[in-house]
Amino acid sequence: MDEYTKKVVNLFKNPKNMGEIENPDGVGVVGNPVCGDVMKITIKVKDDKITDIKFKTMGCVAAIATSSMITQMVKGKKINEALRISNKDVAKELGGLPKIKMHCSNLASDALKEAVKDYEKKKK
Amino acid sequence: MRIYMDNGATTKVDERVVKTMIPYFEKEYGNASSLHDFGKAARKAVEDSRKLIAAKIGAVPEELIFTSGGTESDNMALIGAAAANKKKGNHVISTNFEHPAIMNTLKYLKTLGFEVTYLKVDAEGLISLEELRDSITEKTILVSIMHANNEAGTIQPIKEIGKITKDRGVLFHTDAVQSFTKIPINVNKFNIDLMSLSAHKIHGPKGVGALFIRKGIDINPLMFGGKHEFRHRPGTENVPGIVGFAKAVEISNESDVKRMTKIRDYMISEILKIPNSLLNGSRIKRNCNNINVAFKGIEGESILELLNEKGIAVSTGSACASKNLEPSHVLKALKLPDLYIQGAIRLTISRYTTMKEAEYVLKTLKSIVKRLTEMSPYG
Ligand SMILES: Cc1ncc(COP(=O)(O)O)c(C=O)c1O
Ligand code: FES
Repeated sequence: MDEYTKKVVNLFKNPKNMGEIENPDGVGVVGNPVCGDVMKITIKVKDDKITDIKFKTMGCVAAIATSSMITQMVKGKKINEALRISNKDVAKELGGLPKIKMHCSNLASDALKEAVKDYEKKKK
Repeated sequence: MRIYMDNGATTKVDERVVKTMIPYFEKEYGNASSLHDFGKAARKAVEDSRKLIAAKIGAVPEELIFTSGGTESDNMALIGAAAANKKKGNHVISTNFEHPAIMNTLKYLKTLGFEVTYLKVDAEGLISLEELRDSITEKTILVSIMHANNEAGTIQPIKEIGKITKDRGVLFHTDAVQSFTKIPINVNKFNIDLMSLSAHKIHGPKGVGALFIRKGIDINPLMFGGKHEFRHRPGTENVPGIVGFAKAVEISNESDVKRMTKIRDYMISEILKIPNSLLNGSRIKRNCNNINVAFKGIEGESILELLNEKGIAVSTGSACASKNLEPSHVLKALKLPDLYIQGAIRLTISRYTTMKEAEYVLKTLKSIVKRLTEMSPYG
């Protein structure tokens, strides 16, 4: 597959959960070593549940769409459930990604992991 | 609304060009090498076209070879000149800023044992004449430096380069695909020995181009076959294409260039009012149709896609939009500041671009940049 699915393009145009949470419980920022783009995820956690999540992304169509999708998928989920969502799950939910764009979905799952790590560090 | 601002990639074929071509598909379809009247009509059309295009660059008709386009002309010039001059030396000078048709041909020449020096461009996208002078050795046989750059639009000092190469007795090739009919070129005044042209960037058909080869200069052919094109390029001539190419040259004019320049300057100054934006390539030494700008902290493919949604066609050299996930070599050569190189887009206008279209594009671009900046961690 070389082109974006309709779902990817639509989500890119109208992303959900875009922005930044004030006083977040966890922050994850990761850069994409392949193309140099960056994603930032902020989360709110209560009783081990991700109650709110927002993203900011400098990236391509795929990066923005996967950013949005992962926030939609994990919002309201328990942390350990959320961490089980892989970049492949995100891509699948989007109806697939062009091969060359698979690395962009890493950005989203890595940023989420970082945000959780940050939350757990702060909790200690 | 559909607005085409990617004329650096290709252009709309002018109606007058199409009209001139059609009879050469339907009525005068003879082979220009045939001896009957069908053939004679085709031959006359080819030779009239050759005369017209040669005159435009100050050449004589016998110095102009029709090809399948800019790519073939670039290949023929470099490979042909290198092969023919192997005994004199094995050194070629070019820049790190050329079109892939040059870059990849140079790579090929290296596999044949040629050495290549790549001149660097400065932040404005211009080469240094001094560096050129210093790079020429007794082994140098050819200098290939493009006239107007396809991405950044910058114009190299062709006349001064020609002086140097003439003084030092090395061949000078220039890829004038993007500048042809936009910037006046005279192969004699500028001491150009080889020059590549293409029809589809100037409202002519795709798949036709030309190579100027100065009289007395020997270059090897790339292909072998009949005796067409003064034995330089075998194959039955693309008569409709050649006729269309000539028509496109004929109808090009200075007032179009002036209008494009005006719209270009307006668009550049308006875009630079957007916070955290910059112009890629020289503001002054710049092709009349090229606007290449970069925005901080946002990504070119995303800009392109949102513009496309609004019916606006542009291009980008950003890493995310490329097949190898690297920014274009031209953007890299310009050494853009961090966080800008991902956000470069190129808008290339044409004689058909109106001020109204420019206004719509500016308005749309401003809101898209704002939106993506809000989305960016750097916003
Ligand atoms: C500077 C330059 N050289 C060469 C070419 C190749 O020309 P063509 O598409 O006719 O092969 C192009 C067009 O892409 C160009 O912009
Ligand atoms: S974020 Fe750069 S290619 Fe997707």
